[in-house]
Amino acid sequence: MAISPENVRRRLRAEKRFRFYGVAALLSAASALVFLVSTIVSSGHTGFYRTTLKLEFDLDPQRLGIETPYTADTLRDGHYYTAVKHTLYALFPEVTSRAQKRELSKILSPGAALDLRQYVIDHPGQIGQAVSLEVPIASDFDQLYKGNLPRTGRHTRLSEAQMAWFDNLVERGLIEYRFNPGFFTGSDSRYPELAGIGGAITGSLFTLLVCFVLSFPLGIAASLYLEEFAPDNRLTRIIEANINNLAAVPSIIFGLLGLAVLLGFFGLPRGTPLVGGMVLALMTLPTIIISCRSSIRAVSPGVRQGAMALGASPVQVVFHQVLPAALPGTLTGTIIGMAQALGETAPLLMIGMVAFIASVPASPLDSSAALPVQIYLWAESAERGFVEKTAAAIIVIMSFLILMNILAVIIRSRTQTKVE
Amino acid sequence: MFSQLAIFFLILVLTSWVLGWRRIRVPQQAGGPRPRSRAVYHGFYNALWCALPMLAVALAWLAVEPWIIRPVVLHALAESTGQATANEAFRFVEIRNLASGVLPMERAGEAVRRAVELYQQLSLKADIVMTVLLVAAGLGGLVSGYKRISNTLPAREKVEVFVRVFLFTSSSIAILTTVSIVLALALETLRFFQHVPLLDFLFGLKWSPQIALRADQAGSSGAFGAVPLFTGTLLIALIAMLVAVPIGLFSAIYLAEYARPAIRHVAKPVLEILAGIPTVVYGFFAALTVAPLIVEFSGSIGLHASSESALAAGLVMGIMIIPFISSLSDDVITAVPYSLRDGSLALGATKSETIRKVLLPAALPGIAGALLLAVSRAIGETMIVVMAAGLAANLTANPLASVTTVTTQIVTILVGDQEFDSPKTLAAFALGLTLFCITLALNFLALHIVRRYREQYD
Repeated sequence: MAISPENVRRRLRAEKRFRFYGVAALLSAASALVFLVSTIVSSGHTGFYRTTLKLEFDLDPQRLGIETPYTADTLRDGHYYTAVKHTLYALFPEVTSRAQKRELSKILSPGAALDLRQYVIDHPGQIGQAVSLEVPIASDFDQLYKGNLPRTGRHTRLSEAQMAWFDNLVERGLIEYRFNPGFFTGSDSRYPELAGIGGAITGSLFTLLVCFVLSFPLGIAASLYLEEFAPDNRLTRIIEANINNLAAVPSIIFGLLGLAVLLGFFGLPRGTPLVGGMVLALMTLPTIIISCRSSIRAVSPGVRQGAMALGASPVQVVFHQVLPAALPGTLTGTIIGMAQALGETAPLLMIGMVAFIASVPASPLDSSAALPVQIYLWAESAERGFVEKTAAAIIVIMSFLILMNILAVIIRSRTQTKVE
Repeated sequence: MFSQLAIFFLILVLTSWVLGWRRIRVPQQAGGPRPRSRAVYHGFYNALWCALPMLAVALAWLAVEPWIIRPVVLHALAESTGQATANEAFRFVEIRNLASGVLPMERAGEAVRRAVELYQQLSLKADIVMTVLLVAAGLGGLVSGYKRISNTLPAREKVEVFVRVFLFTSSSIAILTTVSIVLALALETLRFFQHVPLLDFLFGLKWSPQIALRADQAGSSGAFGAVPLFTGTLLIALIAMLVAVPIGLFSAIYLAEYARPAIRHVAKPVLEILAGIPTVVYGFFAALTVAPLIVEFSGSIGLHASSESALAAGLVMGIMIIPFISSLSDDVITAVPYSLRDGSLALGATKSETIRKVLLPAALPGIAGALLLAVSRAIGETMIVVMAAGLAANLTANPLASVTTVTTQIVTILVGDQEFDSPKTLAAFALGLTLFCITLALNFLALHIVRRYREQYD
């Protein structure tokens, strides 16, 4: 090949092009991430807020239909929904016909009556007086206020009159836009404005707890055996091949295993964090074993030899020297495994953690939702109001994942200084 | 019940530890002869004597109990209704759910209600028997362990043998898991093939697992031809690989060969974040953002795209796989010995020529392995396709059309109420077994390629 200036220029151009491809690839990966995160944040940030309607209630016992003595039981049966409706009607004296009133009452969320009831139960002393309360409004109006629902066009779900009434309430300063703590404490609901992820977070915590309790000791024990005791024979190689293969088995297969064996054969309760945690433990075990083994391998052989020379038995060497030195590393691996388990959805669908659960689970033996499953359920829902809830729940789960990863990084950086 | 037993178990085990420890520790402190093992090992020794029999009893009971109560209850039910119980497994689960209050009693008929009562009586008796057995096992173990403790007992050696056995058992859980996956899937699949011939499943072109309500209805057996599912899965995986391979590979090359450390420090975490995003989030992104964009875009150039197009699911799945490919290829490229790079550069090749003509051929087996693993990931991925791909089993190669996948069908069939033993439910397990075999084969192939060609350049 002759060296001509033209040839060199061509080759240098090819070099530049090649380099550009690399930059372009990285930039497209980064822009995909930015696009994804910005979509989620822009549609999810309003999910943490809710709009409320400030109403002046006259807590007349007759109108509420409650009788003395005022105990939680008697107060539970009042006509709170009627009371809230009539208080709203009073704001619009011009609305008289039945049909119009029915349309007007659509502004209220079913949660409004529940809030009023709770207030009366908590403050029986206020009965007979006038109180000002902020009650939730229906999801469509909430979305309208947040600008997520178009006012015109074929997607409009509200009538002209309803929008005019709502605008009037906004003008009068009765509509408040506030942070919604109920999103973190509440459970699933048919009504987007009342739905929360408290139940799902608790369910996920129970699931992760079961998963951790099973996979951490088992993972460490398996890695200790493979690194410190296993003879180099056929059986050991089969175990190692199995672990590597399980790490690549699709998660849904573990769900099928849970469905057929844990639910079908052992008859464990369906849809509970107990079963979910067991399935996720089997799934994360290979990940945990692989990273635990590398941190056990990183313990200097001098430590082992020193302990042996002082007369320690092999088991003593492992449990008194190797394990304490490797523990932070194994913890890092376990946290990464737990982060993987937290985001896993498909196996939980298989073992029935998809039911509509409107309560916060009290133990790992109660049926419950989990955070990723809740995201799936809301994402599949047709209600417009659930979109922002889904995205907000995604923001929460991603924050948990980032926290767990930061924790893992911190522990890892500590070990590095300790081992060296 | 369960938590009381667990607390009792813990207390008993702790007590036996303390008793075993004191048995050696107290005489030793009083100036007695030196024991063969330290007192703590005697504590552990006694605790094991107490705990292991209790665990054995509990496990044996869990395995045996349903098989004692179940036939009795089902037999009683069959007698009171006067006919053999169909779908025994289903009936029994229903009875158990009624008994525990998961299902409302109002829906149950008279015969079932009596069966539920019988079940409740029996399981109460069973609980009493189990508690007695557990207590007996624990106390018996405690006493016999305590009797064995003496200054000459090699307690440490005995405990260490147990520890080694425990460690070995933990690591063989991997084998147990694999075996139970294969067994569970294979058993259900065999039952499926009693309803549907194997060849119809593997080569049938029509998939519609709906089961007719009446037996005499036309097409009452449903159609279980899995070909459309496999083509759909492959179409989406192909789109995903078309996105992920160039981006992932070029990112890996750039990061390994060109990037300054500062860029590496920024780019690596970006890729790691992409890898850590839960798949349900990608599914939401695909269904909410990408799919409408594709519909709009293809509409603007005069094409019709389904709102559940294969393209949307494939594109997003591609993004998900990018970090997988880039980190595996990065490792492979970095592992190529420096002498190869230096030799090529010394001959006057430019950096890109070195990469294309020396590094990539050297790293090819590793990269091929990585790509195979990525394909296996794409095929087994569930949430993205469940949320963004369709349910209609279309046999098409059009990326704008809606296709369905193996995993989507498994989820659709198994989520919600299931009929036991119907070909529809069993079909999900047959699909699962197929999926398991395909991913296993891909993994073995990837491993084989990497092993076979790995050390060629060292």
